[in-house]
This record gives sequence, structure tokens and C-alpha cells, in this order.
Amino acid sequence: MATTWKKTLQKIDDWRWLLPKEYKPGMLVPGLIFSSEEMLDVIGQDQAIEQVANVAFLPGIVKYSMAMPDIHWGYGFPIGGVAAMRVEDGVISPGGVGFDINCGTRVIRTNLSEEDVRPHLKELVNQVFRDIPAGVGGSGLVKASIKEIDEVLVKGARWAVEHGYGWPEDLEAIEGGGALPGANPDKVSHRAKQRGGPQLGTLGSGNHFLEVQVIDQIFDAEAAETMGMGSVGQVIVFVHCGSRGLGHQTCQDYLDVMEESSRKYDIRLPDRQLACAPISSREGQDYLSAMTAAANFAFCNRQLIAHWVRQAFGRIIGRDPKDMDMHIVYDVAHNIAKIERHRVNADARSGREVTVCVHRKGATRAFPPGHPDIPAKYKALGQPVLVPGDMGRYSYIAVGSEQAMAETWGSTCHGAGRVQSRGAAKRMLKGVDVAQRLADRGIYVRAQNRGLLAEEASEAYKDVATVIDVLHEAGISRRVCRMRPIGVVKG
Amino acid sequence: MTEPSPPPFEVIDHTADVGLVVRGASLEDVFVNAATGMFSLMVEVSGVRDTEERRVELEGHDWEDLLVRWLSELLYYLDAEEMLFRRFEVKSLSPHRLAASAWGERIDRDRHELHFGVKAVTRHMLEVRREDSAWRAQVLFDI
Repeated sequence: MATTWKKTLQKIDDWRWLLPKEYKPGMLVPGLIFSSEEMLDVIGQDQAIEQVANVAFLPGIVKYSMAMPDIHWGYGFPIGGVAAMRVEDGVISPGGVGFDINCGTRVIRTNLSEEDVRPHLKELVNQVFRDIPAGVGGSGLVKASIKEIDEVLVKGARWAVEHGYGWPEDLEAIEGGGALPGANPDKVSHRAKQRGGPQLGTLGSGNHFLEVQVIDQIFDAEAAETMGMGSVGQVIVFVHCGSRGLGHQTCQDYLDVMEESSRKYDIRLPDRQLACAPISSREGQDYLSAMTAAANFAFCNRQLIAHWVRQAFGRIIGRDPKDMDMHIVYDVAHNIAKIERHRVNADARSGREVTVCVHRKGATRAFPPGHPDIPAKYKALGQPVLVPGDMGRYSYIAVGSEQAMAETWGSTCHGAGRVQSRGAAKRMLKGVDVAQRLADRGIYVRAQNRGLLAEEASEAYKDVATVIDVLHEAGISRRVCRMRPIGVVKG
Repeated sequence: MTEPSPPPFEVIDHTADVGLVVRGASLEDVFVNAATGMFSLMVEVSGVRDTEERRVELEGHDWEDLLVRWLSELLYYLDAEEMLFRRFEVKSLSPHRLAASAWGERIDRDRHELHFGVKAVTRHMLEVRREDSAWRAQVLFDI
């Protein structure tokens, strides 16, 4: 299949490939895929590129249906897809956000070195595994009533800080201050609140994780220094999770609504999972305010998790988290839709400004230096982008750029991207004790089910370095540093 | 000689997620087998006791829609009440309505062998159709 795609795709340069509008009747704009030539062979193996074409059918889409190099086969939208729709005549699609609304990442730094943590590593990971439930079901340490959940949906991470879970300055280091405006709890179903309520402060399963990592390479010393991550050997904590059952139910509820509205507004789609409604319609506005509320729930979830990470470090290392400089470096969503102002011309400094609804389905916002929506301390640097890899290799931190603003609606990749299905990974690693293999390399893993670790092993993922390199070379996001895991908590 | 009957469900490989192809002599069987298949992705179902019942009644546009709503309803009980199910019975099924029961118990982390969680039931590749004299459904889960 890969060779077929290479015939269809037009090479723009070493990192950009055009999927012509003529590929499939009904595409309103062409597709644009960020990839190296070698990576295309992997990307072309499943339905991901077909899904890039399908997204181009959505009314009001501007410029391109885009895909980042970590693109892989999703349900409806490809994972790693970016699409912006005009607010006047465009649509919003829950499939363009995904079930895990505001699935995202957060990095908490420390001033500890690997030598400081190594002697306590097992105890530390065990403590985190106890306090932050991972896996199927699971209820968190915070018991919130439905009324309190309504507050969480509006206040996001601020709710947690107000209740003593975190520090006031944490909020400045979160996308949108940890509470996006426009959230309406009344648009989130009671069932969604009942489903997600008990799960506040839990990781979930699948590819979600919490890792204790060590900075092992610094590419941009000044940027790393600004983030308080300037030393090789320094320990940080990387969290990847989202809005749990509350987000999943909200997406499900609105997919039902959107099936109706696709019919009502006569929107023809190549895949039911792309069901959508005009952004200006009641259905579109209801989804937007419910999705925003679920996003705030996810910010609160990661805030609670960060609090218990600090508590665990405090208890096990025996020092005050403030003394250990355990500040939030950044927290950013990679499954979200947001109304944003962008310029449509290739040169971001000139050209007409438009208001669009940017869908980032497995893609991270990557705003440039000077953008008003990024924290003051990162103004000169650009927005930090936190990119998880896989548990056997490494994760990255990058920063956003003007080029991203001009070309990708200020967006970049969100991870490594799977290359092997869970079944294939399990078959390939049959008889291999993945936890032991990691332990041999100094990585201590706690998981709900050790047998399932094969499904999340390095072999199942692309090398995230290749993804980061494509975007660095293409000028979309700039490498800052790389971290390798030493402790892993998995669902 | 009778032909061996096809397995009630088979796992489909999908790069990021997991799907099921479900078969049954009747539509009712397909709904039961899909639910059993979904829970067997999440837990070793033989270790789940069927001590508590949850009744489900819902409406949908067509068979596909009913199947998504049925499985989503069971996920709701998993998250909201930590219920794992192992036995299912369809009481009545018409093109727009389903009444069914599910039996199981609450999660016991010491006793249940848990796998990965299913976040949601997607509509991608969704299909319910007759196949010769039996029924076949295909459904993809977000993991």
C-alpha cells in the first residue's frame, strides 16, 4: 500500500507531502502530511491517509486537512490530524477531538538528580501507584459531589488549587490557565458526571502513563534553562492522561446529537464517526460548551495528579516539594477543538485574520514566541510542547514557532504514533517479560497487568525522535531536550 | 456432520485501538456476544461472578445505533459503579428498541484479572448485517 500512496502523494519538500483534492471526489481542500520519505512507508500501511482525505470533506475546512508525522489510523479523524473550520459556515465534529477530551500532558520538574532519586525509586513509584489509581475503573482520592463536579467543569485546575491541591502559580503554567472560558456544565449530561465523577485524580489505561524521567540530552540550553530543566541528569515527572469517563460520555452523547444534526443540515460524510454540526448551530454551540467543560475536568484531573506526585516525592524523599522546586513546567491538551484567531496567508505577519475552530486530534498546540495566550515566562521562547515517546526510550520537550502559526494553525505532533496493533505487539513479544527487560535497563515499572506491557512496548511505537526531527527540520517546533524514563506507572 | 460453528467473537487488529467481529445465529446472540467480547477485552471474565443485575432499556435508529448504545450503556456502569459483567440476556429487540439484562459484580482488584480499559464504542467501521443464515457485527473500540 505504501508504494501506492507514494504515487498519489506529491512531494512538496523533504518534510511535506500533498494529498491532492482530486484523490477523492468530495474533498473540499487537499491534504498536507508532514513526514520524511522513510516514514511514509509506515504511515501508508493502514487507513490513516484515507482518513486525512475523509476529514477534507468537512464543510468550512480551510487550507488543508493536515497530518503530523505521528499520524496513525484513528476512528473518523486520523490520530495526529489537524483541521480548522471557518466559524461562519464551518462545522465542529466530536470525532475531531476524540473520546478522551483534553487528553494531554503535564511536566513537573524537580531539582533532584538521578543519583538523589535512584535509591528511593521503587518506593517512590509504588507510592505514586498507590495514590494515583491506574487501569480499568478506579476511583481517585478526591470524592466530589455532582455539585462539586459542576464547579470543576467551570474552574478546571483552579478548583483543585482552591481546595488545597497545588500551588496558585501552577495555573500560570497550564494552557488557558487550566480553565478554558465558555464551559457550560448544564450541557454535560448527568450520566457523564456520574461516570467521570469518581475518576477524578486517576490515570486510566491504554497509552496513559506517569513516568519519572531523567533529562539525558539538551538541544537548546537557553530554552531548557528558562523551563527550569537546564541540567542533564535532572529528574522530572511526565504525566499523560485526560478527562476519563466524563469526557468519553460527553463525546458519546454528542455523537448521538451530531448523527441527527448531520441529517438535519444535510451534511454528507464518508464515515459516520465524522458526524458534525455547523459551529453556529445550537447543536454545535452545545457541544463546544460541553467539550470545553470536559477539557476543564481534564486540567483538574492532571492538577490533582501533580499534587499527589508532589506528596509522594515529599514523603519518600523526605523533603518539602517547594524545596525540590517541583513546579509545573507546562500542561497542554492534544485532543481538543478551540476557537482561535489565525491569519490565512503563508506569512503569518500579513494577510487576512480569520476566526476558525481548530480541531487537534492527537496534535499539540505550538504557539510562537510573543503570542498573547502563552505564559509570560515563555513569551520570548514560545509555548512549550510536551511530547511523550514510549516507555522504553524517551520523551521530548519542544517549543512552538512562527512557522507553525503560519502553516499548521499553531500545531505540532503529540507523540510517537503506534506502528503495531496491540495484537501484533503481543504476538511479536510472546514469551518476553517486558517489565524484566525494562528492569535490566534500570527502568522500574508498576502496572495493573504486567502481561499487557508488551502492548505498550517500544516495538509498538515509532521512534519519537524521528517524529520530532521532521517537525524540527520543517520549522514547526524546535527541539529543547530529551528525557529517558527510570520509573513508569501504567494502567 | 455439522460444521463447527464460528467463534462468537474475534479480535480485529487496528493500529491504535481494538475491534471485534461478532457472530451469532440470531441478532440477540450478536448483542450478547458483543457484550461478552467487550468485557473479555477488559477482564478475565471467567473470574467475574454474576451476582448483581443491571437492566438496560434503550432506543436507537437502527441495529448499528442500538449496538453502540447497548455497549456504551455497559461502559457507563463500569465507570460509574465499577461493574464488570459476564452474563447477558436480551429480553426484547426490535429495530428501534432493546431491553436487556446484564449480570456481574463490582471490581475487586485482588480477585479480578484486569486487562486494558475500553474508553468508548466508536462508529468507525461499524456494521451489523445478515451473513447467510446467521448475523455478523463489527465494532471498533477506543482504547
